[in-house]
Amino acid sequence: MIRDITLGQYFPGESGIHRLDPRVKIVMALTYIVALFLVKDFWGFFFAVLVLSIIIKASGVPLKFIIRGLKPIFIIIIFTFTVNMFMIGGEVLWQWKFLHITREGLFIAVFMAIRLILLIIGSSLLTLTTKPIHLTDGIESLLKPLTVFKVPAHELAMMMTIALRFIPTLLEETDKIMKAQMARGADFESGNVIRRAKSLIPLLVPLFISAFRIAQDLAMAMEARCYRGGKHRTRMNAIRIRKGDYVAVFLLILFVVIIVAEPSIKGLLV
Amino acid sequence: MSIKVENLTHIYAEGLPHQQVAIEDISFEIEDGSFVGIIGHTGSGKSTLVQHLPGLLKPNSGSIIIDGEDITKKEGSLTEIRRKTGLVFQYPEYQLFEETVAKDVAFGPLNLGVSMEEAERRVGEALKQVGMDVKLVGDVSPFELSGGEKRRVAIAGVMAMEPEVLILDEPTAGLDPKGHHDILELVEKIHKAKGGITILVSHNMADIVNYADKVLVIEKGKLVMEGTPLEIFKREDELIKMDLDIPPAAELIRTLRERGLKIKGNPMSVKEAVSAIYEAIKP
Ligand SMILES: Nc1ncnc2c1ncn2[C@@H]1O[C@H](COP(=O)(O)OP(=O)(O)O)[C@@H](O)[C@H]1O
Ligand SMILES: [Mg+2]
Repeated sequence: MIRDITLGQYFPGESGIHRLDPRVKIVMALTYIVALFLVKDFWGFFFAVLVLSIIIKASGVPLKFIIRGLKPIFIIIIFTFTVNMFMIGGEVLWQWKFLHITREGLFIAVFMAIRLILLIIGSSLLTLTTKPIHLTDGIESLLKPLTVFKVPAHELAMMMTIALRFIPTLLEETDKIMKAQMARGADFESGNVIRRAKSLIPLLVPLFISAFRIAQDLAMAMEARCYRGGKHRTRMNAIRIRKGDYVAVFLLILFVVIIVAEPSIKGLLV
Repeated sequence: MSIKVENLTHIYAEGLPHQQVAIEDISFEIEDGSFVGIIGHTGSGKSTLVQHLPGLLKPNSGSIIIDGEDITKKEGSLTEIRRKTGLVFQYPEYQLFEETVAKDVAFGPLNLGVSMEEAERRVGEALKQVGMDVKLVGDVSPFELSGGEKRRVAIAGVMAMEPEVLILDEPTAGLDPKGHHDILELVEKIHKAKGGITILVSHNMADIVNYADKVLVIEKGKLVMEGTPLEIFKREDELIKMDLDIPPAAELIRTLRERGLKIKGNPMSVKEAVSAIYEAIKP
């Protein structure tokens, strides 16, 4: 049940997308997210969806798997959609007492929902096709220049690696404790908000204790192997830019140009 | 009280790339009053199997009939089923959460809706059954106890629900030899005292052989052997092929036989082995 969450999960594969340099992929994902906020009309979104579909197809990750990852955020999407739809003024299409839907509101609501969905799919595609360890290597490498300004690049990356590494472990632990308490008659599903919050205590207390125990063991194990931070540390698998990465960067630039120029291209055509 | 499991199959993460068939087409029956041992390697599916009995997991197919009722078809609350079948998880001490031992043990019974007085009575009773005294440990924080004591408290937490079927999933895992022995003795004592069905899960044959009336051997999610300990040990060679440990005494007898000593019978405990060897070498 709780293990079905796919956000932040890696989907093993050998596709060209999987093999891209993690730095390139991170920059691609960030650019894509920024681009989503630049597009303002139908054709722009159409293009963004098209590009994402091609990348998904190329990555070999089943669509079903990606959609499943959307489930936990579904409520947020519905919420923003509803708020946008009813709150924005303009040409009224439908009215009932104080509620009204306007043409502008509807457009913004639809665009916002699409934007959110694309944003989540775009960023989860990054984690789906990149091993956590490569992802953090990439982040560390991208943050390297900032060490001049005393940004602890290695430490940040290490913290992320550890956090990512322990998400499945903690989910597993949650699942187990939940079942153990259910075996003792605990009920996590019914009752009002206060009762439900209270029923979480038998879950959260053991979970925190487990988390601290795991953290302590890990710290001890790292120290026993003489870990002392980033200085002079080399890597077993250094990341290297390859030919495919240049192609990806070129396509990325093309994408940005099209997104930015899209309104004027349309202007020329009409 | 009877349990009947029919063609039980459970698949984790069905339809995903890491899909895992944990148990496949398992069927068996357990009669009232029996002490059942389930053995198999780590990862063979033992825990998955026993988590179905209190309805904590839903099977992909198959049924579990407890006292004539198929619990996999049951709609609504499973509390009554969970009262009847108490499951002590592996490393149960990690589920302790209350401020005091007494409060923690009372968690189960209070969830069942018993009165405060009744819960208190059960706490005293359950702690006594695991060899602890509520007057001494009742007000202590469970986190201050030793590993073995924590485990006893956790077992008491399930006992206090007064289940008719008590399932223990590797209750000796991670304990020192003395703690290991004590827990097994305790489980046997509890079984004799309360009657009903006891199911003991272990990856170690030696744990089960002295206590069980019936042994189920699980290998890679399938039920591969079923019978009395004696019947199972007659198929020693298969057990060894599966890489399952046989009891040290049986291992000794086996080695002596290989070296040419003629030993009669099928001794499994140390005591039986001693007399069998004595018979064989007696001048
Ligand atoms: N919650 C889970 N999600 C996915 N796979 C699981 C889960 N629990 C167990 N498994 C897998 O199912 C198989 C059987 O596990 P388990 O029942 O725990 O075996 P055992 O108790 O005999 O060690 C193992 O391969 C294990 O990796
Ligand atoms: Mg297990």
